[in-house]
Amino acid sequence: MEYILLIISAIFVNNVVLAQFLGICPFFGVSKQVETALGMTGAVIFVMTIATVVTYLLQKYVLDVFGIQYMQTITFILIIASLVQLVEIILKKVSPALFQALGIFLPLITTNCAVLGVAILAVRPDYNFSLLQSTIFAMSTAIGFGLALVLFAGLREHMELADIPEGMKGVPIAFITAGLLALAFMGFSGIA
Amino acid sequence: MSKLKIFTKGFFAENAVFVMLLGLCPTLGTTTSALNGLGMGLATTFVLVMSNVAVSLVKNLIPDKVRIPAFIVIIATFVTIVELSMQAYLPDLYAVLGLFIPLIVVNCIILGRAEAFASKNNALDSAIDGLGMGLGFAMALTMLGSIREILGSGSIFNMKIYQGDGALVFVLAPGAFIVLGYLIALVTKLTKKA
Repeated sequence: MEYILLIISAIFVNNVVLAQFLGICPFFGVSKQVETALGMTGAVIFVMTIATVVTYLLQKYVLDVFGIQYMQTITFILIIASLVQLVEIILKKVSPALFQALGIFLPLITTNCAVLGVAILAVRPDYNFSLLQSTIFAMSTAIGFGLALVLFAGLREHMELADIPEGMKGVPIAFITAGLLALAFMGFSGIA
Repeated sequence: MSKLKIFTKGFFAENAVFVMLLGLCPTLGTTTSALNGLGMGLATTFVLVMSNVAVSLVKNLIPDKVRIPAFIVIIATFVTIVELSMQAYLPDLYAVLGLFIPLIVVNCIILGRAEAFASKNNALDSAIDGLGMGLGFAMALTMLGSIREILGSGSIFNMKIYQGDGALVFVLAPGAFIVLGYLIALVTKLTKKA
């Protein structure tokens, strides 16, 4: 029950994009087509889960043990940046098909602030997550990111055909649509 | 390029938020009030100026292949300085901005300026560029924060300007997207005419 609540809360109630404003750049950048949005979602779920597990272990068994928590920002970003590279190399070797599908999205993930954000959130002392909880938290947050991204891409595909006033075309209408989507997600806030 | 031009380019013509659409996460996430927006903007400005200067000073020592990781370490160092000082001297602001302070590291504006400007220019020009870009970012955040605070809680910089509570939705997540959407439309219209 506790885990189900964690999953629902991370996907819907505290949606990473629409409620916490993390990962906005890829949210607007790769949401022009549903297909690319799905590719990005796969890559984010993959990297975010692995990154959170690694940074969690690093925090508990290195930073906390030696009392150097202030090194958190520096170590986490380096870990994530090198992890993305590593995942890219391993994937190329082990599963060329998956690499083909995720390929171009992997380097973009280093600059996705949601990955670093979730890694930092998962080790917050006030949450006091276990390793399993952190993993589930990271994975459902990534799924929440994917859900928002795919929904938004679907809306934008339809918007291509709509008659939009000249000044609002492009970025402004995308922001307003995202605002309405965020409004819809606020409806979930009663659940938790 | 004259010093003044370097400054105004970052402040207006290439404004990070309205024109380049960079650094959107803190832009949306921290602008629940004018004061929070300003605080975040100034923290980012500090990191931007310091990392620009540091990068331009060591640019000849860093091998080309590892320059991006090296820049990230430099940026992360200054972010940690901001984080610890803010925790010590401005605990209230730190509590509000929370997660977004360490996330200055992944703000694309900072790495972008290090790569595009500081790694090619001298320290003084880089400092001016960082200041212009940073203050332009701070201005955008303060503007967005003010509008959201006026519409959402009927005050500006915590001073009440009209009776009642305003429309709460502007302080919450959807308001951030909608206000920024209209602001960008407005800025695009104004700059296209000029």
